[in-house]
Amino acid sequence: MKLRTLTAAGLAAALLALAGCGGDSDDPGSQGPVDLRMTIWSANAKHTALFDQIAAAYKKDHPEVGKITFESIPMENYTTTLTTQIGGGNVPDLAWILESSAPDFVTSGALAPIDKDPDLLPSTTTNWEQDGQLFAYPFSTSPMGVFVNTDLVTAAGRQTPAQQVAAGTWTWEQAAATGAAVQQKSGKGGIVVGDFDFKGWDTLTAVWGGWGARPWSEDGKTCEFDKPEMVDAMTFIHKMAFTDKAMPGPGITSDFYAGDAAMVLTQISRAALLEKAKFKWDLVPLPTGPKGEYAVVGQAGIGVLKRGEHVDAAKDFLKFFSNQENSAKLAQFFPPPRKSQLTTATLAKANPLLKPAQLQSVVINGIESGVIKSSHTGYAEVQQTVRAALDPLWQPNADVQKVLTEICAKINPLLSK
Amino acid sequence: MTLLVRERVEVAGPPPDRPPFWTMRRRDELAGWLFVAPQLAGIIAFVLVPLGLVVWYSLHEWSVLADTFDYVGLGNYSALADDPRLGPALRATGLFSLGLVVLNLSLALFLAVLLNQKLRGTVVFRTLFFSPVVVTLVAWTIVWGFLLQDNGGINGFLELLGIDGPNWLRGDATAMISVIVVQLFKNVGLNMVLFLAALQGVPAELYEAARIDGASAWARFRRITVPLISPTILLTSILTVVGSLQVFAQIAVLTQGGPGTSTTVLIYYLYQQAFQFHHFGYGATISLLLFVIVLALTALQWRMRRKLSFYED
Repeated sequence: MKLRTLTAAGLAAALLALAGCGGDSDDPGSQGPVDLRMTIWSANAKHTALFDQIAAAYKKDHPEVGKITFESIPMENYTTTLTTQIGGGNVPDLAWILESSAPDFVTSGALAPIDKDPDLLPSTTTNWEQDGQLFAYPFSTSPMGVFVNTDLVTAAGRQTPAQQVAAGTWTWEQAAATGAAVQQKSGKGGIVVGDFDFKGWDTLTAVWGGWGARPWSEDGKTCEFDKPEMVDAMTFIHKMAFTDKAMPGPGITSDFYAGDAAMVLTQISRAALLEKAKFKWDLVPLPTGPKGEYAVVGQAGIGVLKRGEHVDAAKDFLKFFSNQENSAKLAQFFPPPRKSQLTTATLAKANPLLKPAQLQSVVINGIESGVIKSSHTGYAEVQQTVRAALDPLWQPNADVQKVLTEICAKINPLLSK
Repeated sequence: MTLLVRERVEVAGPPPDRPPFWTMRRRDELAGWLFVAPQLAGIIAFVLVPLGLVVWYSLHEWSVLADTFDYVGLGNYSALADDPRLGPALRATGLFSLGLVVLNLSLALFLAVLLNQKLRGTVVFRTLFFSPVVVTLVAWTIVWGFLLQDNGGINGFLELLGIDGPNWLRGDATAMISVIVVQLFKNVGLNMVLFLAALQGVPAELYEAARIDGASAWARFRRITVPLISPTILLTSILTVVGSLQVFAQIAVLTQGGPGTSTTVLIYYLYQQAFQFHHFGYGATISLLLFVIVLALTALQWRMRRKLSFYED
């Protein structure tokens, strides 16, 4: 008797649970409000405050939407955590996606197609398109620039980069000489490549772009690490780190934002970190290399996950989040992909820390002409394989050509997959 | 002719002479099952079911992003056998485990013997050596990361002594030594306490008798201490070997498997394949290999207990 009661109770519970699962349809009429979740990698309180403000405005006109959550995941493990969430069935409705993993997300069919606004600059959407459809909104298109600690540079008796830009002498040779002079004079770091730390090699795009080098061919099938341009660029970087001491060597940290380095090559969206800087600073474009002027752009997109519970609601929210008005608000942190907003007037309003000239030379020119940072399908594996194969280069007596040739031997099988 | 049929009549009377269901033996059995039930439920839910699932996953190619789960039979196993990265990963795992087990057990025993003396201040030192055990692993590792930098605390100290220290985390050998040492100091206190407890259980009369017989300190240690604490040596060696095969946070924080692949131990390679490269099926296959290695080493140590351990409690 008892057993029968227990079985009946168990069955009832199981049925209720099943009914509960079955109730997760995308039909707002049949149940309570729809909750949306977007994974992001920023933990900046100002960023999330703005997102919450946009979400609150959206909810006013959309009573069917309940909570909109912005879930911050640390940058270092962002893509790993996101894919693990997806694999575990805990799929967010919307997600920020790094440019490096764009091909994986776009080609795998993980994202739902979204509407393409004609105001979006074509150069900003190529990474996120397949078969004429757009799969993510490139909300941040952030060119790489050089932030300069002018106090340290002047103290080392060097012309400031801004003066060199004006004189037309802002080249990599000059930048390296300035870095070395600062290191020698003050013992502080010269040129820091942001997020590189002798591991994140893809950030070096900001340097080797000046030599016209790239890690693999346009179609992504052939390794180009062993090409002469790359060998020259890497030889220059090796010399900066080990011979001239123009950049901090491996295992040495120099925090530019704390005043410990002369320059940092990074995306201009990092300007916010300089708000409380105790030194005079400036922002200039990347120095010219042997191939002349160049620009490099880092990108981030927002996509709607096809396996999320509320795809249509998520698409609608993304449309609102990225509309003309909200894009202008977001522009204070993330350079917008919209033609109409890439003017010094709009950007200056949103970026009070930057001067109109800086915005024109670094941001607008950068977005229009810049090369997007490298990406590839199966990027994490390629990235890791290059990282491991590149390690022998970060020794004082490294044979640059040999190391780079070995990289190609290791990654060609991955690239041709 | 009359057919006599014997009818069975139900008679209410004393109960049939049948033994009761709940015999003492059954009651004991039930009590036993009830006692182990919580643990058993945990093992089934968190060990056996996941283990079964891992075997199932290892037979599939699971693409998380494309949401495909295709049966590939033993494809992942043959890929593992042909994987050129497996050899270096096993080598790194072996080096790490060997280095850690030898250093950990020797240092723990050495400290325990030292702190077992009746001297002033031993309590302070015991606390000092044990405290890293309770520190959060990641915090501990991050602090060591700063110390091990080229311009970090350790090289700063060496410079005071006039020594030009190496770039610890960037050289193949020094990176491996660094992760071993970070793990060593983190957990040596635990083994030390276990050894200390065992040492305190060794009867003082034995030492006294040996001393009267003229045995040297080394002879007393080798002939009395080691045999009598041998069960603890066995226990700590099993714990340390199994623990050494599961080292992850130190590698993830300090070296990310580098330089090159010199510190890519098996579990870190598993993490890379499954979680970074999204090859979950292949990751499951590597985890089964790790499981078999841990099982084999533990079984080996357990079988060797008669040689290693002179008596069992």
